[in-house]
Amino acid sequence: MISTANPQRARYLAGLSLFVFILLWHGIASWLATPVLPDPIKVAEVLWSETHNGDLLHHLGMTLFRLTISFIIAMILGSALGILLGRTPTIDHFFDNWLIIFLNIPALVTIILCYVWFGLSEVAAILAVVVNKLPNVIVTLREGAKSLDKDLLEMAQSYRLSRKKILTQVIWPQLHPYFMAAARSGIALIWKIVLVVELLGRSDGMGFQLHLFFQLFDVASILAYTIAFITVIQVIEISVLKPLDHYGRRWQR
Amino acid sequence: MTEINLTIEQKKFPKSSQPQAENIIADLNLNIHSGEFVCLIGPSGCGKTTLLNLVAGLDENYQGTIAFGAPRNDCRIGYVFQNPRLLPWRTVRENIELVLPHDTSGHTVDELLASMKLTAVQDTYPQRLSLGMSRRVALVRAFAINPDILLMDEPFVSLDAPTARKIRKQLITLWDQQQHTVLFVTHDLREAITLADRLIFLSSSPMTIVRDVKVTVPRAQRFNENQIEQFKNQLLSQYPDIHHLL
Repeated sequence: MISTANPQRARYLAGLSLFVFILLWHGIASWLATPVLPDPIKVAEVLWSETHNGDLLHHLGMTLFRLTISFIIAMILGSALGILLGRTPTIDHFFDNWLIIFLNIPALVTIILCYVWFGLSEVAAILAVVVNKLPNVIVTLREGAKSLDKDLLEMAQSYRLSRKKILTQVIWPQLHPYFMAAARSGIALIWKIVLVVELLGRSDGMGFQLHLFFQLFDVASILAYTIAFITVIQVIEISVLKPLDHYGRRWQR
Repeated sequence: MTEINLTIEQKKFPKSSQPQAENIIADLNLNIHSGEFVCLIGPSGCGKTTLLNLVAGLDENYQGTIAFGAPRNDCRIGYVFQNPRLLPWRTVRENIELVLPHDTSGHTVDELLASMKLTAVQDTYPQRLSLGMSRRVALVRAFAINPDILLMDEPFVSLDAPTARKIRKQLITLWDQQQHTVLFVTHDLREAITLADRLIFLSSSPMTIVRDVKVTVPRAQRFNENQIEQFKNQLLSQYPDIHHLL
């Protein structure tokens, strides 16, 4: 096994692999010389001009806005329900089937139904995303709430800690890893669903733009938008989720 | 400090409603004076921990009464569990401060930490401590709330002998100052004689009191091994029925 102990070497390898990827892309694109696979330079030009004229930023902004709102709603609601189910076996047994049903409804179906029932509105769009993500969060947090350490809860009870202290100091730290798992898989899932939601029923956002480029067969723009989006999601991962995760694990040996 | 009057007619496990539930405590009456140090001695698995949990109010599924000298909500209970039960995400000091009532000064914690030689590790997370240190932190936590009742469930088991001896001395020093009512579970008779005013010998399935003996060794002689050994032999010859409980 190659040692990853040297961070400088690891960074060098990561940079190299990205460079090789772009080089490979460039090679294949020039060899095929077809309009449906533009080379990296062409895509970079489109990315630059789209950023410059503000179109990309507007649509990217709209998508991020929907992503953020639905992410926050799904995480808060899902955590609360997950903890409730995990701590109350009766409610858990009752709603277990509901969860399985909701987990298995295809994303496309919820999106279509939300638009049909609530109209082509912003609320329907966000609702569709939330409904898709919610069961996932509930199931993950429920597992966390089920595996709470009974010893520590007894300790809290015998020392008569307040409900607030029990929740924030005894229960929440145990749920933190489950919450982070739900958040990470959540962002990955939600952004894919948001695009479909926009494609089907919104007149702005990444999904709408991609649909437009598809009709125009404009692959360069599709790739430019994709690159911009992947970059933003990576920045969120590195600047928000990773530090949060790290902070939650600071006490571990 | 407060007295404890305990009458347990019946305690079943897992739950009295379940058919396979077994009677683990029956007809157990015990009155403990305020400030008394009582050791509970019995075979492992006989229900000593269950009894402490009943006193701590962690388990209310029993028939009988447990009354303190004051209303239950006015009594502070410090509980030292068999395992330390520290929150791994809080440092040693934060673990102790978590359970403190608002009127406790940081000075009390400083003194307790110093007396248990934990000052140097007060900002360390529990997973980086040895078991012996973790146990000492759990002791400080229990003492820091200045409890009326101190429940201790084999708190020194699996510690090496010198450490255990040192902590026993510290325990007695602190108890001397604060005079809590102590219920101490052990199956080490020598430890019990060293610490207690009174020994309660318990039988298993169902648990009930076999003997209730006062320790007559003077407090000043308690860390004299010969005195302890002598009292132990005297006990065993006087009450042959406690042999099989050890």
